Amino acid sequence: MKVAVCVKQIPDPADPGAMNPETKTLKRDVKLILDESDSYGVEMALQLVGEDGEVVLISMVPNNERNGLNNALAMGADSAILVSDDALAGSDALSTAKVLAAAIQRTEPDLVLAATESSDGYTGTVPEQVAELLGLPSVTFAKEVTIDSGNVAVKRQTEDGYDEVDCPLPALVSVTAGVVEPRYPSFKGIMAAKSKPVEELTLADLGIETSTVGWAGGRQEIVSIEPAPEREAGEIIEDEGDGHERIVAFLQEMKVI
Amino acid sequence: MANIWVHAETSGGVVSTITLELLAKARDLGEVTAFHAGADAEQVAAELGAHGATRILTTGDLDNGLPGPALASAVAAKASEESPDAILFGTTYGGRDVAGRLSVKMDAPVITNIVDLLDTDGLTGVEPVFGGTTNVKTRFTGEMPGIFLVRPKSFNAEAAGGDAATVEIMAVPDLGATGLAKVTNRFVEESDGPKLDEAGIVVSGGRGLGEADNFQMIEDLAGKLGGAAGASRAIVDAGWVPYSYQVGQTGKVVKPDVYIAAGISGATQHMVGMKGSKTIIAINKDPEAPIFSIADLGIVGDVHKVLPALLEAIGD
Ligand SMILES: Cc1cc2nc3c(=O)[nH]c(=O)nc-3n(C[C@H](O)[C@@H](O)[C@@H](O)COP(=O)(O)OP(=O)(O)OC[C@H]3O[C@@H](n4cnc5c(N)ncnc54)[C@H](O)[C@@H]3O)c2cc1C
Ligand SMILES: Cc1cc2nc3c(=O)[nH]c(=O)nc-3n(C[C@H](O)[C@H](O)[C@H](O)COP(=O)(O)OP(=O)(O)OC[C@H]3O[C@@H](n4cnc5c(N)ncnc54)[C@H](O)[C@@H]3O)c2cc1C
Repeated sequence: MKVAVCVKQIPDPADPGAMNPETKTLKRDVKLILDESDSYGVEMALQLVGEDGEVVLISMVPNNERNGLNNALAMGADSAILVSDDALAGSDALSTAKVLAAAIQRTEPDLVLAATESSDGYTGTVPEQVAELLGLPSVTFAKEVTIDSGNVAVKRQTEDGYDEVDCPLPALVSVTAGVVEPRYPSFKGIMAAKSKPVEELTLADLGIETSTVGWAGGRQEIVSIEPAPEREAGEIIEDEGDGHERIVAFLQEMKVI
Repeated sequence: MANIWVHAETSGGVVSTITLELLAKARDLGEVTAFHAGADAEQVAAELGAHGATRILTTGDLDNGLPGPALASAVAAKASEESPDAILFGTTYGGRDVAGRLSVKMDAPVITNIVDLLDTDGLTGVEPVFGGTTNVKTRFTGEMPGIFLVRPKSFNAEAAGGDAATVEIMAVPDLGATGLAKVTNRFVEESDGPKLDEAGIVVSGGRGLGEADNFQMIEDLAGKLGGAAGASRAIVDAGWVPYSYQVGQTGKVVKPDVYIAAGISGATQHMVGMKGSKTIIAINKDPEAPIFSIADLGIVGDVHKVLPALLEAIGD
């Protein structure tokens, strides 16, 4: 059993930075880390393959960054494919999906895992795009995943509960945050990660034209970036045993009670 | 006149609120076609018509297949004949699936997470970033129809009073392997009271509640006020309440008349899901908590004192 996990390396969301007004994209000159959303996919893959399976990471960046990949390798993944190319800067979700799909195809996995949405761009469209490009069936928003004789069974989050979905492999599944408890890399894991194979590929290696990705491939333009209208703060009071009375008065004024 | 296509999400003859929101915007922009997967097109034709759709394109029953591959294939084929100007989806579980697949079929990018659509020199999407402090406006430069994913609660779902939409069956091309995922069972998590994203009053709790058991105070207050209970991601991730309670960027967007945040700091990812509320009340022991910057009434105090007193004062 071989599972390919898409892992995005992103600027630390605790310090999301700013938009570059010239290029109109997120400034990404900071150190990238493993998107926490993808740590759930890595953990799930490790649990699903058990002892004899194989977990391959797939990541795309414009700048050779490996920090986040190393973290996922230290968790226990076996190897990684890193697609890195200057031309990838500014790629939209569809171009990203084309690159990831081409990289995944080389590994011929039984199952592809991704997060339902990334923490920085959160378009939430890449997994379905990858599945369509690979001609695979897919189940998104998984909160529980089990594999049994060539089938994947998924509990899929819905607006008012969940569906049980069955799907033959190979398939793609996107997992929601919080569904498993991602392990912390052990010291041994961190040391072992250093010697695990990371295959670095360029767009040329994948046979992808640079004009179809990055700025050129987006076919959309940002017209403007403006501050949103701010909401004014109202009255802030210190509770001196009467805080609840103020709330009651407010609710009465709103005719809620 | 522009041709605008809207993803209609329905379940057993009931049209989802986000669909009605999208229709309200679409009919301002042009002639509206709804597209749909499921067996209930005839049942919803009158309601979709009243909200502005003149036609429903439907795949019909999908025999428990997930709608993404089938609906995307059928719509892609139809769109190549008719070249609509824009194709709108709600940011929902189903909407994203269909939009993602359609974008590949049509080789067209998707503009996501928008809260408004402007008809200026080509349709332009407005996307809030950094917790809603900044608005980014984006439009397509290519020839293809623009695919947009719209956040819930962006438009008001009002009927316009049109005739029932006509129903047209679309052929579903052969899906190959992509059509193999099948729903075997559906579970609905019942809850009393209004739905979180439709309630007029929302009471949300966060990590400041201290422990899982204290969330009962939030449930009780929501119950007394006839509202719904919500939560920050911190306590969803901690397992105190299910994901369906989560308000924010990766949870639900709510716009109630009154939003009460108890023990919630006001991270940008939380605020993006509730700052559209008509009024906001915050209870937090830290006077510097960011939530106070958007609160109409802020109580600097301990939730363990304020909430019990409030519950008692409101009575039954
Ligand atoms: C504020 C902002 C708004 C944006 N708006 C749009 C928009 O409207 N339309 C658009 O097309 N693009 C948009 N982008 C660009 C887009 O986010 C890209 O960064 C794109 O490369 C990936 O999309 P995503 O992160 O949104 O993917 P999502 O679909 O949210 O990601 C889901 C999962 O796919 C996998 N994945 C995604 N990217 C990678 C990667 N590089 N390497 C490995 N795995 C990956 C991960 O498992 C990830 O969790 C926006 C970016 C920003 C910062
Ligand atoms: C990509 C991404 C997506 C995210 N999506 C979401 C989302 O959808 N929704 C969401 O909510 N979060 C989301 N988050 C998480 C978000 O950044 C915050 O971590 C989270 O909202 C914090 O929850 P909290 O306010 O309950 O906890 P904290 O930030 O820990 O705040 C607890 C607050 O309680 C106060 N407090 C403590 N004790 C008391 C007391 N006794 N009485 C009164 N007040 C007290 C404290 O002063 C503090 O302000 C996301 C984060 C990322 C990176």
